[in-house]
Amino acid sequence: MVSLAELQAQFGSGIAERTFRDNRFIDVPAEQLLNVLSALKTQFSFNMLIDITAVDWLDYEGATDRFSVVYLLLNVDSGERITVRAAVNLPDPALPSVCSLWMGADWMEREVYDMFGISFTDHPDLRRILMPEEFSAFPLRKDYPLKGRGERHNFPVITRSEG
Amino acid sequence: MPLSPVETHLSESADREYVWTLNFGPQHPATHTTLRLVLTLDGEKVLKAVPYIGYLHSGFEKLAEHLDFNQYVTIADRMNYLSPLANEIAWHHSVEKLLGIELTPRCRYLRTILAELMRLHDHLLNLGTTALDLGGFTAFLYFFQQREHIYDIVELASGQRFHTSYTRVGGVLFDVNTDWVNRVRKFIREFPPVYEEVDRLLTKNRIFVDRTQGIGYLSREDAINLSATGPVARASGVERDLRRDDPYLAYNDLDFDVICSRGGDCYARYLVRMQEMLESLKILEQAIENIPSGPVNIDVASDMVLPPKPAVYRSIEGLIQHFEMVMPNRSHHVPREQVYAATESPNGELGFYIVGNDESRAWRARTRPPSFIHFAMFPHMIRDHQLSDVVAVLGSLNIIAAELDR
Repeated sequence: MVSLAELQAQFGSGIAERTFRDNRFIDVPAEQLLNVLSALKTQFSFNMLIDITAVDWLDYEGATDRFSVVYLLLNVDSGERITVRAAVNLPDPALPSVCSLWMGADWMEREVYDMFGISFTDHPDLRRILMPEEFSAFPLRKDYPLKGRGERHNFPVITRSEG
Repeated sequence: MPLSPVETHLSESADREYVWTLNFGPQHPATHTTLRLVLTLDGEKVLKAVPYIGYLHSGFEKLAEHLDFNQYVTIADRMNYLSPLANEIAWHHSVEKLLGIELTPRCRYLRTILAELMRLHDHLLNLGTTALDLGGFTAFLYFFQQREHIYDIVELASGQRFHTSYTRVGGVLFDVNTDWVNRVRKFIREFPPVYEEVDRLLTKNRIFVDRTQGIGYLSREDAINLSATGPVARASGVERDLRRDDPYLAYNDLDFDVICSRGGDCYARYLVRMQEMLESLKILEQAIENIPSGPVNIDVASDMVLPPKPAVYRSIEGLIQHFEMVMPNRSHHVPREQVYAATESPNGELGFYIVGNDESRAWRARTRPPSFIHFAMFPHMIRDHQLSDVVAVLGSLNIIAAELDR
């Protein structure tokens, strides 16, 4: 079991913990994220990255930051799970890439970039993954509407004779 | 913020002019769904594979923010369409964790039986089509016949063969009857002979073994580092099964083994799936004989489930409660919290990360899709293999494009 006191001793008091049901959340300042994650991997053997995702807090009551990026970690041998959250804000949301720690982070970070426009520095191949390369918006942001006419109607149409 | 794409293809310099590029998919019979690979080949040797995905992207996660917890089940079961009920169970498992709902014993057993039927259903198709792609047509037909029986069982329970939308917050749509129980018993009786026949057709078949053994090797370290779960991870020696390690539903009461292999290749993944089907049958046998009686849904007084129809039509209290339950801002009492809960779906760990926001819809509902994470490993696994191994590796990873792209 990783304890909050150990992490705070190492990385200062900016780290907070929260528990809901059986999920443990560790909130980390963005600038310390990579250090904390790498300590969790090497010292506390959270050897599997289950998922990376993000949440857009626009208009969420009581929210102070625009986005949270969420890292779900698992210790395969003991089965212990922990969730690490870091906040990022506009205009230039960016976090360090964790591909150097877990190779599996590659596509997960690409998806977060594709859907939320949060970029990951030092990612080996940060491109859009689900949306086409020409797409200009970030669909899972809260200011992107569910319905409406837009990008799709501007896609180039290639006829059979041109193709 | 435009980013320049990095170089994704090996350049055709003068000393590499023999390198050629093959576009595999998005419409190709062996991909089974809409996937596209750009393969860089030296003769028939794959030097590099670059997957391009997103052809089936339909914004499921965006829709989750606009549909309530019961409506979104119709979208969730369209993710992995080989095992729709497994997705529904995973979705409502997470929602119920967020809401703090404890299911009734009958519902836990019923969902366990359905989840195991779905595991059989998924493995039957996966193994059948893997054999089909590698030239074994018979196994495919035998297994598809069995899938029909599972469709019939599911239809009898929910009224739908395929996209059942059967689970609800706190229970399921309808209870099952004795006829259904007998149908499952009949399936448990009739399945093993067919299984044995296919086992004899494939497991020691020289051609099948040659095409899969040593192909697409994934070491234990790589499996963990690349976030593999489910049969793919277990075939590489990662002893992890959420049914045992993080028991949910009724798995704590049931006796079964976690199947692992050290092989790490396509053949090991085939063997793990084959053995898992026998374990699923074992679970089914125990669960179907021990279904508790009692209500299938949680108590109506909890204000979490719709009241029964007679109460809605014949009493004003029932009508009011029904009305409130279908209003997104008045139904479930949702904590403003975040929760992640996962189930062992046939393909691996299928989890949902849900953010609650007072009303009966998720503020954000992230799916952890096993197909997406397994397909990311594909370029690592196929390097330096032959072109014909592409279909063997794709089949052994069981990539479902609808779940991949969501």
